[in-house]
Amino acid sequence: MVGAEPSILDDTRIAHVVAHGHHILSHRTVPGLRVDLEETPDAIIGKLIVEAGAQITQPIHMCFGLAHPTGVQQIKIDVQILEGAQARVLSHCLFPFAQAAEHRMQAVMEIGPGASLTYTEGHYHGPHGGMQVLPHATIKIGKGARYFSDFSLLSGSVGNLDIDYLVEVEEAGIAELSAKIFAHKTDHITLKEAVMLRGERSRGLIKTRVVLEDQAQAEITGITEAYAKGARGHVDCMEIVQGQAHASAIPIVRVFHPEAKVTHEAAIGSVDKKELETLMARGLSPEQAVELIVSGILR
Amino acid sequence: MNWCVTMPNPLLNIHNLTFEVDQHPILDRLDLAIESKEIHALLGANGSGKTTLAYVLMGCESYTPGAGTVLFDGTDLLPMKMHERARLGLTLAWQEPARFEGVTVREYLTLGKSDCDPEPALRQVGLAPDRYLNRRMDKALSGGERHRIELASVLSMKPKLAILDEPAAGIDMLSINHIIDIIRALKADGGSVLLITHQEEVALIADRASQLCAGRIIFSGSPRETVDHFRGRTCVRCDGEVCNYVRP
Repeated sequence: MVGAEPSILDDTRIAHVVAHGHHILSHRTVPGLRVDLEETPDAIIGKLIVEAGAQITQPIHMCFGLAHPTGVQQIKIDVQILEGAQARVLSHCLFPFAQAAEHRMQAVMEIGPGASLTYTEGHYHGPHGGMQVLPHATIKIGKGARYFSDFSLLSGSVGNLDIDYLVEVEEAGIAELSAKIFAHKTDHITLKEAVMLRGERSRGLIKTRVVLEDQAQAEITGITEAYAKGARGHVDCMEIVQGQAHASAIPIVRVFHPEAKVTHEAAIGSVDKKELETLMARGLSPEQAVELIVSGILR
Repeated sequence: MNWCVTMPNPLLNIHNLTFEVDQHPILDRLDLAIESKEIHALLGANGSGKTTLAYVLMGCESYTPGAGTVLFDGTDLLPMKMHERARLGLTLAWQEPARFEGVTVREYLTLGKSDCDPEPALRQVGLAPDRYLNRRMDKALSGGERHRIELASVLSMKPKLAILDEPAAGIDMLSINHIIDIIRALKADGGSVLLITHQEEVALIADRASQLCAGRIIFSGSPRETVDHFRGRTCVRCDGEVCNYVRP
């Protein structure tokens, strides 16, 4: 599995959900965690609640996927991390044989005051292409709460990826969104992440690293809006383009308060020439040098 | 006058090397020879062509000379690509080392070679392996740290000839002696060094030195003679600070 050992399913200290298509194959909860799941013909509908003050020390593993070349998996999930609670979710999404398959996720997440959620989502797709991935989420971060998300799709064919995240951050809340994607052949990426810094001293960071080769395409939109005193945001997008790939980056920053500040940086192009030449001057071939540089960027 | 001292089978033998930009010669029929296990200092005013020479020798993109020959250990260097020159034993330490997002110091020093131990080189440049090997080669490192790691990467290679472009730049005064030790270590490991420097105390450790002006070697001799010649601004081509010779 991507990022997980099968033995975790037997470990009673670790909460998990394993789903194939719209069938729940296995699940376990731990003290402080409530998981309600419903199978329907069209979706898995779930609610995940971490109770107020609960500290879930082991990551909650959520394993989704399809073992067939075709099919649809839709996940509708509400996540509530109640006041003062802390949890980490590791989501593994595996579609190793996908040729015409679809994975949709619609999530609504609420991180209560002083609570913390780290959400890591790793995808593995087979080499065939034809995968449609549509993760859409709205996340509300309460006062003093923290939300960290890390999306990676580095193995296999991306297919068509359409990410749409909207994050609202209240006073002294923190949101960090990170995405790392390696696209090949005719893969297509549309990534839109928006962070609304509503509260005073709220902070947001959107960091995107995308490497494109062959005829892959990507359009990356990172939006940060700051509405309150002391709000700080940053959008950092880097896209490496090789072959006949196309890339665009649209950082949108808006400030509605004189004491708020939002910055952005975007870089699109081939691998940095100086980095490349430094490594070649140490004996690496151009291909080896690119591989090392790209692996660092996508780490 | 050809200042190149004739010596049998030098490690690096540059003859009549010419490199132009917009028809303006940056390297102008340059001759230079460096022996095996020699530290050769190259001095010159800003704009004299020192760094250009380094880039031409290393084979950097857009630095293909228009004329001349370069023999390295008996092999014609100019048709070779950059990584091929490096695999022959030539390397370059940049004046401004690159940053590598996400790449660790360990990965940079070993470059994927499982039999390469990065710790000795790191210690030689005064950096503790346990503190630095897992750090990333990005903005978190200071300029001085990046310079030292750059030198460590050259040491790790054990090159036949290392071109060091201002190796003491960004290094505090107390650490200059450390840099000098590193340069000597390269020689002790059996290599030669082409040392591009403005700093007199660094140039004086060389075995021989040359002064470059308007793309040509105008003086060669002992380091002291060359430093005095350079400091004396007896060159009619520049004011010693900036090489502004304009060919008639």
